[in-house]
Amino acid sequence: MTEKQTTTSAAFLATLKRDLLIAFKKKNDIVNPFMFFIIVVSLFPIGISPESDRLTEIAAGVIWISVLLASMLSMDNLYRSDFEDGSLEQLLLSPHPLFFLVLAKNISHWLVSGLPVVLVSPILAYMLALPTEAYGTLVLSLLLGTPIMSLVGSIAVALTVGLGSRGLILAVITLPMSVPVLIFGTLAVQSTLNSQSPVGYLSLMLVMLSVSVSLAPLASAAALKISVN
Amino acid sequence: MSSAAPTTFSNSDTDKIMLAARELFCARDDRVLFKNLNFDLPQGQVLQVQGSNGSGKTTLMRILCGLNDSYEGSIKWYGQEIEDQAASFFSSLLYIGHRVGVSKVLTPVENLRWSCSLKQAVSDEQIMAALKEVGLRGFEESPCYTLSAGQQQRVSLARLIISPASLWVLDEPFTTLDSKGVAMLEKIMQRQAQAGGAVMVTTHHSLSIPQLALLSLG
Repeated sequence: MTEKQTTTSAAFLATLKRDLLIAFKKKNDIVNPFMFFIIVVSLFPIGISPESDRLTEIAAGVIWISVLLASMLSMDNLYRSDFEDGSLEQLLLSPHPLFFLVLAKNISHWLVSGLPVVLVSPILAYMLALPTEAYGTLVLSLLLGTPIMSLVGSIAVALTVGLGSRGLILAVITLPMSVPVLIFGTLAVQSTLNSQSPVGYLSLMLVMLSVSVSLAPLASAAALKISVN
Repeated sequence: MSSAAPTTFSNSDTDKIMLAARELFCARDDRVLFKNLNFDLPQGQVLQVQGSNGSGKTTLMRILCGLNDSYEGSIKWYGQEIEDQAASFFSSLLYIGHRVGVSKVLTPVENLRWSCSLKQAVSDEQIMAALKEVGLRGFEESPCYTLSAGQQQRVSLARLIISPASLWVLDEPFTTLDSKGVAMLEKIMQRQAQAGGAVMVTTHHSLSIPQLALLSLG
């Protein structure tokens, strides 16, 4: 009916831009999970032992668990304010496939909360005395794993966004789904430390990422519709 | 109001029934909100939904938009099921609910840039002109948390001016507006009806619009 209908890609970009803009304006949402990650990781050498032998052993696990916890901390922001101010309803009433709009929100969320953690991980790995040859694998596994956490976490947040007090529900739904990522992420780093090839584990993570990218936004979209109903 | 001039929707079939609801039934917690509800919304009409508090006005509006699917009965868009032509229906629909869809951390311009581009391409000139028309000139770049509730409502109403949507579903759009704002919104709604669009609105105000029809609930 109009000559100026937007294409889905324009709506996708507009949503991505908007979410990045909101994150940039509410700096807490960026800084909090990031600081939480750094604090948790830096507590381990203090609490366990500053000996590099013991730290090397636990380094990969510590970093991965902290990433998981930090990502859960940041998840809550994904849809809550949009739900409260009514923007979510506008999103749902868009003529464009909700899959892409939800994907845009997830990508923006990852850029804001996942990517900084990946970028800072070599410094923390150095602090935990992880041997330098494993840095590449660690960063690569986080690069593959953190988007999975954002995508999978998005489903849980979408399901619970309508509930008044969520508390632990989010963790209960998200954690079991994140465990495979945690396992393969740490195994990839461990195998590099044992001078084996991490390619197998990383490929599995790549598969998990592809599956999440193609299916998780569908589930999130369906969950959002239920929550708004 | 050059850029804000109303779009005309195919004049040849002005009397066409846009939305037709038949035998709608909705119950919540064993309480029947409405049953056997029938109405037509033709092009060029403003349909005001009336009813006491809790009579299901908001529920009805959300059902029509597809935000709520716990109902029985049929709703047809130009004679066809909405599911069969979802893309056409959603690009023609503009909904403003109780929660107006304005993010508080963004400025009015940023808000409109996003919410409008979910439906159609929008230029900054259009946004500026619309904000001027709803009386928010000078507030274009203020974050929305510094604006009053009425002003935030006006930000969402600016979408009505920009949007080429033919069906407006407005849930209590007058609540936070001052008398000037009420007059402005009535004018915009009238313009929409004259252009062959349709408006469905819930309010307790008595509207002075010639194309008005009433629907009572409860």
